[in-house]
Amino acid sequence: MAADVALSVPAAEEAPFGDVRSAARPAKPWRPPTDETPVVRRTLIGIALVFLGFVLFLPLVAVFVEALRGGVALYWAAITEPDALAAVQLTLLVAVIAVPVNLVFGVAAAWAIAKYEFRGKSLLTTLIDLPFSVSPVISGLVFVLLFGAQGFFGPWLQSTGVQIIFAVPGLVLATLFVTFPFVARELIPLMQEQGTGDEEAALSLGASGWQAFRLVTLPNVKWALLYGVLLCNARAMGEFGAVSVVSGHIRGLTNTMPLHVEILYNEYAFSAAFAVASLLALLSLVTLAAKSILEWRYAQDIAATRGRGH
Amino acid sequence: MDIRIERIAKTFDRYPALNDISLDIRSGELVALLGPSGSGKTTLLRLIAGLEQPSAGRVWFGAEDASSLTIQERNVGFVFQHYALFKHMTVLDNIGFGLRVRPSGRRPAKAEIRRRAEALLDLVQLSDLGRRFPAQLSGGQRQRVALARALAIEPRVLLLDEPFGALDAKVRKDLRRWLREIHDRTGHTTVFVTHDQEEAMELADRVVVMSNGRIEQVGSADEIYDAPASPFVFSFIGASNALPIRIAGGQALLDGTVLDLPPLAERDGEARLYLRPHDLAVVDAGEGTIIGTVAAVRRTSGHRLVELAIGSAGDRVEVEVPASRAVSAGEQLAVKPLRWRIYRDTNAQALAA
Repeated sequence: MAADVALSVPAAEEAPFGDVRSAARPAKPWRPPTDETPVVRRTLIGIALVFLGFVLFLPLVAVFVEALRGGVALYWAAITEPDALAAVQLTLLVAVIAVPVNLVFGVAAAWAIAKYEFRGKSLLTTLIDLPFSVSPVISGLVFVLLFGAQGFFGPWLQSTGVQIIFAVPGLVLATLFVTFPFVARELIPLMQEQGTGDEEAALSLGASGWQAFRLVTLPNVKWALLYGVLLCNARAMGEFGAVSVVSGHIRGLTNTMPLHVEILYNEYAFSAAFAVASLLALLSLVTLAAKSILEWRYAQDIAATRGRGH
Repeated sequence: MDIRIERIAKTFDRYPALNDISLDIRSGELVALLGPSGSGKTTLLRLIAGLEQPSAGRVWFGAEDASSLTIQERNVGFVFQHYALFKHMTVLDNIGFGLRVRPSGRRPAKAEIRRRAEALLDLVQLSDLGRRFPAQLSGGQRQRVALARALAIEPRVLLLDEPFGALDAKVRKDLRRWLREIHDRTGHTTVFVTHDQEEAMELADRVVVMSNGRIEQVGSADEIYDAPASPFVFSFIGASNALPIRIAGGQALLDGTVLDLPPLAERDGEARLYLRPHDLAVVDAGEGTIIGTVAAVRRTSGHRLVELAIGSAGDRVEVEVPASRAVSAGEQLAVKPLRWRIYRDTNAQALAA
């Protein structure tokens, strides 16, 4: 309709305003002021697609092509080889410990930050982001400095016979450190937006604090929570830097999947390296799919929440 | 259950929200806490509920000191301005929530909870909507569900925090009447907070007018409107004008002219004359009348509102005149007060009516 109006302005009516050239100019089709011209639009989309294809899609395809280059039998042998299996098991073990711990920490931190006022709150909020801004290598080194043989607690740990660095506890600690922002970061903005109204309602109806948390708070944040756990898990399984520092690279004992891939690669066992790498890539694809599904559900949920403003 | 508030004070971060408040609410009464934002009305309501802890003073439920009880133990029905319905639960589950979370000894059987929730749904006239989720209801329907949910726990008192504040004007009016009916049927002692004076006057047995963390006046709609205890109450309830006057020898002088008012039993000094726009009659100019120049005329539904500039200072006074009377700007108009209040500038004491 608007386009019709623009087109139907007669040239003769413009003439009295003195600009003869504008009268001669052909009328342009109307488009929303925030839209770009088709050329600009196609160029922008083209740049984005080329970039994505080159940086993301091509490598991902390459991983699977390389992995299967020697045939399915070789692929299968590479991922069922004892050291590879040990790496898969260790990765799963680390994730199984790190993710639930960070789930509890994330919920507790988000709860504290979103629902209470206390001294040092902004400091806590900033600290939660620390692992995002610190290089993972440094995260690993910190634990070596603390718990290594020459470290701060080293002598004491040796006297009690507990080994942390170059052992599973070190891997778990490093992974915990690197992944702890994920759940908290997802929950804090959502819980802050939701405020304490629902909890107050539950308490006024006679619910205990725990009942209010279980029956009201958790269901209110469940999609964000799942989303955070998913991201946390993906990072816990894929982490290389921090884990590399504390691992010691003992085959079959302290090698996680990413570390195993690197070792195989350095030994020129390319097919095997890509085979194990393809498992990690597969994991990231599954995560991506699950994330998309969650985002879709989550968006619906948020829309429902917002609906109450009316 | 009668509620007694005894010398309550509340301070937030050294900022006083309530100063030495005392109030008696009789059993079965419907009381409005009315005031502008920041007057402390919501804080007072939350203190009664146990959502806040007073800095000083006590709250009594009947003969029981409720100050030491937790919010769960106080057993109050609280209705929030933004409903605070649990959005992942159906309407029936929302209403039954308070019964479901009871410890097993006091928890009714599932069927009984359901039966009670359905009965309450009937009471709030939403019988067919039990299976819906809050997001599928209108604002007015949500607030009715919230009330049913609060009533389900058989509360000792019912507390409503700006219950109609988020609703549009038409729904507000309907719900107001409806809440009055529910109250008359269930007989709960009810306290509600509002900043809407019309809502407070229409709905409540008694209105508590608050300002700056203090109670300005407690009374029926008639008392609040006809005998406002302070200039604040006078100007907060209904439209009002204030003119500076001087009292000398029992007479009121406006801008040096003696006003035609009955003799005042009051000492000399500065004061303010408070008038409502509809308590001023247009008269022929004469001795003792207030004469002004028409600065503006506005048509409201049934009347004309005339803005008069009075005296040398040009103090503005709004006068309500019948729509049939034509008034134009610049015209001279004389008015005579029919009803008025005089307050001293320094203290908030009413002198005459």
